[in-house]
Amino acid sequence: MSGHHGLYRPGSSVLHRLPAQVKLVAALLAVLAVVAAPRHQIWVFGCFAAVVGVLVATAGIPPRLMARRLLIEVPFLGFALLLPFVAQGERTEVLGLPLSIEGLWSAWELIATATVGLSLSVLLASTTSLPEILNGLQRLRLPALLVQIMSFMVRYTDVVAGELRRMRIARESRGFEARDIRQWPIVARGAGTLFVRCFERGERVHLAMLARGYEGRMPMGDASGAPWSAWATGLSLPVLFGLLALTARA
Amino acid sequence: MNHAVTIEGLGFRYPDGHRALDGVDLRVHPGERVAVLGPNGAGKTTLALHLNGVLQASEGSVQIGQTPVGRANLKEIRRRVGIVFQDPDDQLFMPTVRDDVAFGPRNLGLDRDEVAARVAAALDKVRLSDVADRAPHHLSFGQRRRAAVATVLAMDPEVLVLDEPSSNLDPAARRELAEVLLELDVTVLMITHDLPYALQLCPRSVILADGRIQADGPTAELLADEPLLARHRLELPYGFAVSQTRASSGS
Repeated sequence: MSGHHGLYRPGSSVLHRLPAQVKLVAALLAVLAVVAAPRHQIWVFGCFAAVVGVLVATAGIPPRLMARRLLIEVPFLGFALLLPFVAQGERTEVLGLPLSIEGLWSAWELIATATVGLSLSVLLASTTSLPEILNGLQRLRLPALLVQIMSFMVRYTDVVAGELRRMRIARESRGFEARDIRQWPIVARGAGTLFVRCFERGERVHLAMLARGYEGRMPMGDASGAPWSAWATGLSLPVLFGLLALTARA
Repeated sequence: MNHAVTIEGLGFRYPDGHRALDGVDLRVHPGERVAVLGPNGAGKTTLALHLNGVLQASEGSVQIGQTPVGRANLKEIRRRVGIVFQDPDDQLFMPTVRDDVAFGPRNLGLDRDEVAARVAAALDKVRLSDVADRAPHHLSFGQRRRAAVATVLAMDPEVLVLDEPSSNLDPAARRELAEVLLELDVTVLMITHDLPYALQLCPRSVILADGRIQADGPTAELLADEPLLARHRLELPYGFAVSQTRASSGS
């Protein structure tokens, strides 16, 4: 019962304090700069990694935790490692294996951009709570309906998962085991019941909202707009990354 | 004398033809706490939904103060009548408790300082100021029920309607909620089949069964009348008795 979603680590660093909308824009632009950097200039990715390292240290995220969260990238790495074998073009010998040079560069590019990009997202998620992110998206004028859907998803995931768990336990308590295809209809009926329950809950939530004066628009949160200084601080990251990418291209 | 709530000849039929309410008459004085007792399916929740216009009377009328409940003044009615629903998960839908309590006042178009003041006051009344920034699903069930009460108190209602407020609460959470409710200075309509809770919180009770008010009087008197309770599928819990002396003293 941390009171926060799984990825958020409370703290008071500069990164924690920046308004969510600034961080969202900064992270997106920074990732674009990383993707735009030429893959043959290996040093520029070293610079990106170094800056991310400094940010991680500033936010007070333990390197081990960061590494563990980066593990989500492993399936992509598997794909990247295949590239040198399947790509066409000129070949070179590495430990006796004929590898495509073009494929090697593609694999490197995929791994480097994905790792830096993912690190930035992990950094964002670790320093920004979900309500803040939702508020930030609303501030960035994302359509209100989308923000509402996301916000309800965040709120009710646990409730629906709890209902699903209770239904499963109730089934299993009466000796049910989903062993093979013959049990699927029962599982499907359970899913149907869950859908109906969610639908009914949706109606009750809507009633509760109407009862408190809801008229189709979600009221705006309290967070005031971000001051220019926050935007300047936050956007210094994508500007730095953009300059690095441009220098590398020149 | 003016009444806080005036219900006259209220009838309601669900689209499937089921008649949930069949001529309900009820008057509640300002500041009174009244329990609406009745078995499951007696139409208690249907009655509650008429009080703030979520359901519209198909027969008879509902009036809050001097204002009739109708389409034309729904906004005002919903500010003046707060309903606390049975399942707090239905009522708490925002990412944090604070946002949730602020939802109603923001819908009223209040300015930021006023909203913040109302939220702080409401959370203080239900003793949840320390969990304001937590997510609702991380609170205990008792805390969630009290948070649901706060979401309604922040609207500054004249009439507070509670639908089965004690359901699923453990004894301590039940007592904590009772302490909060006893301190409130509003008209309370408490819908319940938890008879001891009605006795503790509401000096007056009415019995709703078969879509009508069947009895109306001091709670202790009604609860001491065993045949009356039995006729309407109501029973005191095992080992619990309301003595006639208590009934006549009117407490």
